Amino acid sequence: MFSYYVKLGLSSIRKNPILSSLMVAAIAVGIGACMTVINIDYIMSGNPIPHRSDLLYHVQLDSWDPNDAYDDPDRPPDQVTYLDGTALLAAGEARRQVLSYKTGRVIEPEGDDLRPFQADSRSTTAGFFAMFDVPFLYGSGWDKNADDNEEFVVVINKEINERVFGGEDSVGRMLTMNGEPYRVSGVLDTWDPMPKFYDVTNGPFNQVEEVYFPFSVSIAHELGSRGNTSCWRPVDGDGYAGFLGSECIWMQFWVELHGENERQAYHAFLDAYVESQKALGRFPRPMNNRLNNVMEWMSDQEVVDKDVRVLLGLAFLFLIVCLLNTIGLLLAKVTRRAGDIGLRRALGATRRAVFAQYIVEAGVIGLAGGILGIAMTWLGLQGIRVLYGELDFIARLIEMDWAVVSAAVVLAVVSALAAALYPTWQACAIQPASQLKAL
Amino acid sequence: MLVMKDISKIYRTDTVKTHALRQFSLFVDEGEFVSVTGPSGSGKTTFLNIAGLLEEFSSGVYELDGRNVSGLNDYDRSILRNEKIGFIFQSFNLIPDLNIFDNIDVPLRYRGFKSAERRKRIDSMLEMVGLGSRAKHLPSQLSGGQQQRVAIARALAGEPRFLLADEPTGNLDSHMAESVMDLLTEINADGTTIIMVTHEPSLAKRAQRNILVHDGRVSDAEPQLHLAAKSA
Repeated sequence: MFSYYVKLGLSSIRKNPILSSLMVAAIAVGIGACMTVINIDYIMSGNPIPHRSDLLYHVQLDSWDPNDAYDDPDRPPDQVTYLDGTALLAAGEARRQVLSYKTGRVIEPEGDDLRPFQADSRSTTAGFFAMFDVPFLYGSGWDKNADDNEEFVVVINKEINERVFGGEDSVGRMLTMNGEPYRVSGVLDTWDPMPKFYDVTNGPFNQVEEVYFPFSVSIAHELGSRGNTSCWRPVDGDGYAGFLGSECIWMQFWVELHGENERQAYHAFLDAYVESQKALGRFPRPMNNRLNNVMEWMSDQEVVDKDVRVLLGLAFLFLIVCLLNTIGLLLAKVTRRAGDIGLRRALGATRRAVFAQYIVEAGVIGLAGGILGIAMTWLGLQGIRVLYGELDFIARLIEMDWAVVSAAVVLAVVSALAAALYPTWQACAIQPASQLKAL
Repeated sequence: MLVMKDISKIYRTDTVKTHALRQFSLFVDEGEFVSVTGPSGSGKTTFLNIAGLLEEFSSGVYELDGRNVSGLNDYDRSILRNEKIGFIFQSFNLIPDLNIFDNIDVPLRYRGFKSAERRKRIDSMLEMVGLGSRAKHLPSQLSGGQQQRVAIARALAGEPRFLLADEPTGNLDSHMAESVMDLLTEINADGTTIIMVTHEPSLAKRAQRNILVHDGRVSDAEPQLHLAAKSA
């Protein structure tokens, strides 16, 4: 009977094109508005490294001002100082650890064809690539020896490799940055974690860096940060050395820990470390060290802005309004077809059969609304692109996700079925005898 | 057979109580062709609706083909209606956007027949009513008489025991009305019990027996006696 009901549904839509179009449009507009926001929320709140997100922990130490918390309520700084980052790195208490910061380099391609250009860069320790499961097209990252020996090695992304080396396997070739030659050890394959979990402080939806080179090299060459740097007290001492010894926070420190025992042990280690620093006159605030895994850190940092959640709520309210309109239209349709329902009941249709017929018809309308809703979602995202497209991170949030496309259709059908419940119940309640004369 | 004993039907509103049927008793035997006549508002259509399980009654006993329908729920009444009863209406009541074939198909679908069985029955019915070549036509492409023939085909496709007709010739000219009555007579001759509500004395005479309904009651003594005799 299902195919029969589908046939009747399609026939009914053809027979009442205006009413049916209004219903499809009401659902499509509601779904479009809803799915546009859901799409953005989905991309913003996704797990950027699902198979390792429970193993990777962001480290926070409260080295901040004794009279003023870094952030309310009593939150420790979201980055670490050079002193603490290097001390924790040297201690090596975790399975793996990475200390890194955002910087910038000028790439000077060989030959006269290409002019030097700026590249977003990350100064990092060797563990970065393995710990964050970074995919390589050619070669690999560097090893700890390269860190220790301050070797001039570099990992570049596909785009830089394409631009400078024409897309060839450039491992072993030399890349000049700021006048100094670096040996290419690896070329990244496409890598686009969303959000950029390892450095949300400098923009959770910014693209990953184009160039990676050893932390030891950047410190030796006194390279500063191109990301956020915050200080709660003036820098003592002069120049770069003074800055390194300051209480300014500008680096991200991550560790890899397996299981709750390792987490507790590392937390205890952090507490012991801070106690030792307190003895040296640092860390004037009460003990407040934190270890958050990837998704905890995303939540802590409110990567998904509260405004988006408010928008999501408003979008669902709008969908409900659209569905209320659909309910009204369906009721009008049922009223118009009361005679048909009465006749079918007289010919032996049970209430169950009438219910099935109208619910399937609503499903067909919902399906059409869902398909049109996908187009509306696409239009909505394009509208955002037109309004805010100049912002790099916005462009990354408005990609249509296939999971969202599927969800749009499912949500449309479910919404239409929900909207159809009351009108269908009304249809089932129609007394056949009262309608037969009306035909 | 169809047996009604002391059936009452009362319509109530907040202020008005209307007796549509009062102690309505009737016996229709297997294979009978019974006409039901009476003035407007006498309760003929209410009787037909109750007989066709389209409406519930307030009190009394109603047995359809040996089954007491008083305690049946809506689902069982629908199934029983589909299996036992065929309807013919004054205004044909064909579904305008379905072709002739699909109109006849409606009750068979609800009966759960397989596709091949439905097709066989529909083709056979269309042949019987002389519209074998019109299967793909829409109702609006047929004359009134032809539409009523389609309605008869639809009513009979499920091989019901009872055919309930409400003014079946009311919307037809005399020639077409005669043709439809001939068809009903043939159907009755083949064994289908027919109960026909009509205003037309000439048509009522073509039935084997006439029931006169007045003020919600069967006013002739004959049916009551008939029932008493059968009960004994």
